[in-house]
Amino acid sequence: MQYSNIRATLAIAKASFRSIIRSPSAVVFSLAFPLIFILVFANIGGGGMSIDVGVAKGCDTLNPVYQALKKNPIVHFIKDQTTDEMNKNLAKGSIDAIIDLKPFVPITPLNVNVQYSKASENKGAILKSALNNIFYRMQSTQLEKIQSYSGIKLSNVVNLKETTVTGREYKYIDFILPGQLGFSLLSSGVFGTAFVFISLRLTLVIKRFFATPVKKYSIVLGEALARIVFSLLGALFIIMVGHFVFGFTLIHGFITVLNMLVLAAIGLIIFMGFGFTISGIAKNESTVPPLSNIITLPQFLLSGTFFSVSAFPTWLQYVSNALPLTHLNNAMRKVAFEGAGLGDVTHQLLILLIWGIAVYAVAVKTFKWE
Amino acid sequence: MSINIFTEISSYSPKVICLLINTSHIYSMANQPIITVKNLVKNYGDFQAIKGISFEVYEGEIFGLLGPNGAGKTTTLEVIETLREKTSGEIIVDGFNIETDADNIKQRIGVQLQAAGYYPNLNLSELIVLFCGLYGINKTPMEMLEKVALTDKAKAKYKDLSGGQKQRFSIATTLINNPRIIFLDEPTTGLDPQARRNLWDLIREIRDAGTTVVITTHYMDEAEVLCDRVAFVDGGYIIGIDTPDHFIDQLVATGFEREKQTKGANLEDVFINLTGKEWRES
Repeated sequence: MQYSNIRATLAIAKASFRSIIRSPSAVVFSLAFPLIFILVFANIGGGGMSIDVGVAKGCDTLNPVYQALKKNPIVHFIKDQTTDEMNKNLAKGSIDAIIDLKPFVPITPLNVNVQYSKASENKGAILKSALNNIFYRMQSTQLEKIQSYSGIKLSNVVNLKETTVTGREYKYIDFILPGQLGFSLLSSGVFGTAFVFISLRLTLVIKRFFATPVKKYSIVLGEALARIVFSLLGALFIIMVGHFVFGFTLIHGFITVLNMLVLAAIGLIIFMGFGFTISGIAKNESTVPPLSNIITLPQFLLSGTFFSVSAFPTWLQYVSNALPLTHLNNAMRKVAFEGAGLGDVTHQLLILLIWGIAVYAVAVKTFKWE
Repeated sequence: MSINIFTEISSYSPKVICLLINTSHIYSMANQPIITVKNLVKNYGDFQAIKGISFEVYEGEIFGLLGPNGAGKTTTLEVIETLREKTSGEIIVDGFNIETDADNIKQRIGVQLQAAGYYPNLNLSELIVLFCGLYGINKTPMEMLEKVALTDKAKAKYKDLSGGQKQRFSIATTLINNPRIIFLDEPTTGLDPQARRNLWDLIREIRDAGTTVVITTHYMDEAEVLCDRVAFVDGGYIIGIDTPDHFIDQLVATGFEREKQTKGANLEDVFINLTGKEWRES
């Protein structure tokens, strides 16, 4: 019977796949972690911004300013704290402002007393602008009344016209899911590959394989195949949970999923290059995690997994834009949310290709069979 | 006067009968070499691990490589198994040169490595399936496990087996490709007396089924009862090669005497007698 390299490769792939799905760390890293992060961040992100405004004792709640603020969805009144507590919390910034309104007496000016906090300047500024908006409207009504008595016509200073274009709502899940998917691929590619190859090497499993007619490339290919299949199934699962539970946007449905899986496979192959390199450099299994963290942690933080890269200072953005995961994440987001095809993300794919060549050049030099 | 051969033989001690059977086995094979090693040298950098050894292994025998740690036994085996490059010399395995026909040799040999592990998280059946794929052979897991009496462990993980079971499973993986020769590197190290005897029986069965066995061991009592021929390796050289009995006879002929007269039994006999010969699965 003719010896079949394909059969040998598939035998390794099958064994490796069985081994991966039975290893708790692979399942936790690839599925549980991303889903937990998605669950946590999808809920934080869904609430939007909230400004906590303390209501001072004796504040008039029938006041028109109070009523107008109450209608504002981002303002959250706090009434259940004592004056002392409120002042302390204001100083700490856990309350963004304290408001004290005197009862409205027609003709006389309204007394509004607002305390802001240095500890929460940004939210204070938003409240200030919301208050100014209310005052402007109250003054406008006042002015109209005066005009109706006097007959003097004043031209408007501003003729305000506001419109909102209809568009897809960009939910936080649309941002967080591709990032988590990218990170899941990164950790599976780096940690998984490095651990498997170093343990197969140290326990002489590979040496025993070499006593059979199997070719070296069959071993690498079989392992890679198993990891790609496992990771793509994991990616599909994350996308499905994201879509059906958290409303993750998939513009062209099935085609979009398919494009995302192709991107996932490309990303994973590059990340596995890091894994091969680490398995060659590491002396034993306990040096794998620190080496892997050197590769994965910076990308976890800097590649737009949790926060958009554009939120970073410019110099840090240069670092971010050099990392492969940044470009995988960007490509994923373009494909998923903007409905781009693979042809529209060639810039990202090119950078990933350059990374791929560089990483595998190093991996070939450092990889050890025994 | 007629000579009754049966009474003639039965007048010898049981040990000699055993010897006669062994010898007849060797000569029936007509000393056809299946492995030929000529002037094998292996250097690791400046260190010369093997300094030019030559020997032959005959088809159908159990051949023992004996020697202290670091003598070069494992290195010699691994060069023959095509797992290590030689520095110089010529090796022919079942008619194939290790330099030019490594692939053909790999299909004809079975290899058990000292202290080798198996693919993690797989049970014995799945491991057999994996090796069938690697060898390109169609065998069922049960068929292989039956040969080494491990069918009841088909769903067990390798790491959960006892020492003796691990060695028997290793031997099962070496038999998948119906090899002409199997190499066993210290298969009985660390086993209790029962498991060791059990493994000897298995190795003899394999030999009797026509497979040549090359084995290394540190236990001379084991080599004495198991091996048809042995070679002593020391310091990178072969310092003697013969049947165990010739070696012993030669030494006795020089006037050698043990300091302490041996009794009719030793402590291992006592151990086996007290704990029973049947092998324990645990």
